[in-house]
Amino acid sequence: MKEMTALKDPMVPAPFRIERVRKELSDTFTIDLVSAERRRAFSFLPGQFNMLYVFGVGEIPISISGDPADPETIVHTTRAVGSVTNAMWKLGAGQTIGVRGPFGTSWPVEKAEGLDVVIVTGGIGLAPLRPAIYQIMSNRAAYGNVCILYGARTPEDILFRKELEKWRGQFDLQVDVTVDYATGRWAGRVGVVTKLIGRGGFDPHQTVALVCGPEIMMRFAVEALAERGVPNERIYVSLERNMKCGIGFCGHCQLGGDFVCKDGPVFGFDKIAHKFAIQEL
Amino acid sequence: MVQEIGLDQLIREHPFFEGLDDATLELIAGCAANERFDAGQYVFREGQPADKFYMVRHGSVALEVRAPGRDSIVLQTCDDGDVMGWSWLVPPFRWKWDARATRLSRLVSFDAICLRGKLDADPALGYAMYKRFVRVIAERLANARLQMLDLYGAGKE
Ligand SMILES: Cc1cc2nc3c(=O)[nH]c(=O)nc-3n(C[C@H](O)[C@H](O)[C@H](O)COP(=O)(O)OP(=O)(O)OC[C@H]3O[C@@H](n4cnc5c(N)ncnc54)[C@H](O)[C@@H]3O)c2cc1C
Ligand code: FES
Repeated sequence: MKEMTALKDPMVPAPFRIERVRKELSDTFTIDLVSAERRRAFSFLPGQFNMLYVFGVGEIPISISGDPADPETIVHTTRAVGSVTNAMWKLGAGQTIGVRGPFGTSWPVEKAEGLDVVIVTGGIGLAPLRPAIYQIMSNRAAYGNVCILYGARTPEDILFRKELEKWRGQFDLQVDVTVDYATGRWAGRVGVVTKLIGRGGFDPHQTVALVCGPEIMMRFAVEALAERGVPNERIYVSLERNMKCGIGFCGHCQLGGDFVCKDGPVFGFDKIAHKFAIQEL
Repeated sequence: MVQEIGLDQLIREHPFFEGLDDATLELIAGCAANERFDAGQYVFREGQPADKFYMVRHGSVALEVRAPGRDSIVLQTCDDGDVMGWSWLVPPFRWKWDARATRLSRLVSFDAICLRGKLDADPALGYAMYKRFVRVIAERLANARLQMLDLYGAGKE
């Protein structure tokens, strides 16, 4: 995984101006940020996150959800769940936010070249994977089959719906969406996202799997991938733990001997399989 | 030219029937028929006698519950390759849900009345078929539990 282009002092937030805020879902919004100091490039790798500081409220880790090919604008998609995320949603264009980053490991987009790619994701988990999808699509010929399997709670909770519909319309991409709850008005699939793994058009022995979503979903997704024959060392998951420093100093995000902020958030499943089984539940 | 796979071959190649001997496969194929449902058409309705089970060849069928005064609630969809319906195995042999094609769907139906008698008469065959249905039922139960967990969390009201 490449070295990241970090800001000068990793503990000092740099001011970024909010260029745009848009509502994605009833509880989810996307903000576009540009450097307040000068329009400088901000390069990142798909899967990395920034520590976003809402002045006077607090600082939280949020993955970057934009296109790595656009280094001018940093895009974050956030679900409002608590004090910082709700305060962030109240900010408007022109206001300033503190940014530290980019931090953490990335999706193995380059390592996956020459192989099929299956992306299994649910809910807000699509946001940290979107940069990987952009990068794969910009170099589409380098990959075999590419499948995006996405699960949401209801049809109204499908994130980036227009983009999913656009991708689905392409000949070189398989996009399958399923929801957990729907009424008869929804003409798509109803059922858990893991069920899609059994029918995805990929060769399990020649596939890299990128998995991001709630931890329980990831556990069952990994199980379904293994059942199809995808080896652990080609399954990657992105983990979330509470964070403070974001750079491996404070120990807040410790997971066994690893720090999620520094050794993750993207982990090869073979590296964390033994810890994964006992987390959360 | 697109060649339609025959029922016989389709049944032989479907993972659900894997491991059954030729005589059993022949017997099952003898109870099978192709059926076509247009989008919106019901495959079966709640309360009706469950005298068939189905395999989805192509398409999508929503299993749903009617709710008076509101839209029906979809419990799950059955899509290409899925085996659908086990009420034919459990008294009183009536469908618990509605099944509605959400788009043009081609299904294989299996005459359960003919099969039920044969399973009762031949315990080895009965066991082989029950084993296969238990897998489907267990998978459905596991998936239904996951759906109930509300993994992705409640949206903001
Ligand atoms: C590496 C990493 C990347 C992340 N990327 C994203 C992202 O791209 N988009 C995004 O929306 N979030 C992301 N998160 C999660 C995000 O950091 C938290 O949601 C945020 O810290 C919550 O802060 P808060 O002050 O708003 O909530 P708090 O006030 O701290 O919490 C309020 C309530 O929300 C619950 N809560 C806290 N975190 C979560 C969570 N992750 N999911 C559900 N409920 C939660 C708490 O248990 C509590 O009940 C990421 C986390 C990590 C570690
Ligand atoms: S957040 Fe401080 S060590 Fe990871």
